[in-house]
Amino acid sequence: MAGAGTRGSRQRAAGLRRALAASAAAELNRAAEMARRAADAARRAAGRPPPGPFRPGIWRSPLRGLWLTSVLAVVLLAGLTILAVTGLLSYAAYDPLLPGNDQTPGAGLLHFYLFSWPTDPSWLYRVDQGVHITLGLALLPVVLAKLWSVLPRLFAWPPVRSLAQILERVSLIMLVGGVLFEFATGILNIQNYYVFPFSFYTAHLYGAWVFIAGFVIHVALKFPRMVKGLRSRSLRRELRTPLAETGPEELDPAEPDGESLRPTRPRAPTISRRGLLAAVGGASVTLAGLVVGQSIGGPARRTALFGPRGLSATAPHYLPVNRTAASIGLTAADVGPGYRLTLVGARTLTLTRNEILALPQRVVELPIACVEGWSVSAHWTGVRLADLARLAGMPAPAGAQVDSIQQVGAFKSAVLSAGQVTDPQSLLAVTLNGHVLPWDHGYPARTIIPNAPGVHNTKWVSKITFLKQV
Amino acid sequence: MRGVTTRGRSITSRIRHWYGANPLHLLALLAAFALAGYAVRAVIAAGQFRGFAIWFTVAIIGHDLLLFPLYSLADLSVQRLLPGRGRRSQASPSQASPPGPGQVPGPPAINYVRIPVAFSLLLLLAFFPLILGLSGPEYHRASGLTTQPYLWRWLAVTGVMLAASAVIYALAWRRAATRARKRQAAAAAARTRAQQQPAAHDPAPSPTALRPGFDAWSPARPAHGPDSPGPHGHP
Repeated sequence: MAGAGTRGSRQRAAGLRRALAASAAAELNRAAEMARRAADAARRAAGRPPPGPFRPGIWRSPLRGLWLTSVLAVVLLAGLTILAVTGLLSYAAYDPLLPGNDQTPGAGLLHFYLFSWPTDPSWLYRVDQGVHITLGLALLPVVLAKLWSVLPRLFAWPPVRSLAQILERVSLIMLVGGVLFEFATGILNIQNYYVFPFSFYTAHLYGAWVFIAGFVIHVALKFPRMVKGLRSRSLRRELRTPLAETGPEELDPAEPDGESLRPTRPRAPTISRRGLLAAVGGASVTLAGLVVGQSIGGPARRTALFGPRGLSATAPHYLPVNRTAASIGLTAADVGPGYRLTLVGARTLTLTRNEILALPQRVVELPIACVEGWSVSAHWTGVRLADLARLAGMPAPAGAQVDSIQQVGAFKSAVLSAGQVTDPQSLLAVTLNGHVLPWDHGYPARTIIPNAPGVHNTKWVSKITFLKQV
Repeated sequence: MRGVTTRGRSITSRIRHWYGANPLHLLALLAAFALAGYAVRAVIAAGQFRGFAIWFTVAIIGHDLLLFPLYSLADLSVQRLLPGRGRRSQASPSQASPPGPGQVPGPPAINYVRIPVAFSLLLLLAFFPLILGLSGPEYHRASGLTTQPYLWRWLAVTGVMLAASAVIYALAWRRAATRARKRQAAAAAARTRAQQQPAAHDPAPSPTALRPGFDAWSPARPAHGPDSPGPHGHP
């Protein structure tokens, strides 16, 4: 009985489902029909595109075409991929999974790839961030050239052909808006120009994910077209073609009407294709070349004319500063004879500066690297964090929270992982390149952790809390 | 089996008809929107959506409707103002005034002007907060330095680039002049030979042929060569 009843209700449910599906299909068909009719009406009404940029005849550069766009695209495909990966790695370097370190607690699933940031190799963060900043600047001219090459498509007429095309155009907002947003915020941030009404970390991270979504879908949809474009002309022959022999790209009969990048009414060229590519490449080299010295160091530092800290580190024994003692209102009372370092572990103790100096001192050579791109290697002397942990009665801590005298700011404290605390190169440093730490570099004592981002090397350390194993 | 395939195909083609592309296209786009939407959700949760959205929009409008028209207009104006090929190449070759005797046509100056200027403006675009001292207070608080040197560095780099471009232009001009002189001499020699043997008539090369070939392609001229535009190229 129960079985028969179930069968009957199952049949009824199936019938209902079929009816629903049929009505949904009919609904969809009706909607599609309406959309088609609206598009037809729009096309008839439009007939001729409105004046200005919507008329294809206004776009006249003979260099625009699928080949040129594809060449710029393949450069960006490689470059922006590296930029995204180095950026995401740089985010991982802040160890956001450790409690207290996460500046973007809403990231949720976007944390999926995070891992405990290693202390070895000590140059990893330095190279990663140097590449991120330098490559970003180098790609600025390529991004502008790529946008120039496809800009006529923004004004394509009719603006809407199908639902597929509407969605694709919406995805371009994520791509173009994303790339411009990321470049703008990144380039302003390295110059300490904080005009944006949001936190840089939050916006640059989430903006990156919006961009990545737009970038991946754009590559997925356009990759075959890019390959076709690259095959349409020989790069080697283009590089040998002077202005005199430069003409527009061939019209592709397979290209749908109005989708071509090549102008319908090209004017005579004023520059060859190789000339344009050389100009874009030259601009990249100029922009990157005038900052890269800040990441390479040594004599190259003198060439970093536009590196925001470039020439400030050329004096011997000097490192760039990212937060001055004056800006946090540090006074002699804070760091004079009254200074105490508090260690919290299995027991709590306080040390004066002299007591710190009396502990076993180690010397390490470690780079300090800033999120803004500059990095410098230096000699540091100080006490191992592992020794301090032992002193506090916690030889194998789960990590440590390092607090600064600094009262406000995003990085007045940092949480270190177990690996960072126990690394033999991690020091509470008291000298820099053989000199007592200058106030601006964290007098009386600061941490220096191999491979950590600059701001996780806390200056003016007042307290270290070693965390219990859970 | 067959029934399923036909039905599958008909569903696919119905979606294609209704949507305008392969269903996979729709699926991939929806996945991308989901990822972007997830990131935007986090921006909203952080309470920073307004500024984020405004900057996102302004970035697009600022580039597409402000920066692009501005630099296009500047480029067209420079082409118009500069004496030389920028404009002349649009006229038919017969309208171009032939160079006078002893006057040697140089290569077009346009790229020797606009490329260093573009490089300089690009540096300004990237580093205007430092160059114009806009980030001065924050920059000083962070680094203890002043933004003062950047304006001078930018002016110096601009000067060096313009000077280098001028030198390269002068060299290109000299090379073109040498080539043109050689050709003129060869043509004159050919004329003398032709006068000595009146039977063979050899017309002097046209003035445009003397120019080092900057007008080889012009939309006003009949199509030639493999690069010639098709019938659609000429409205």
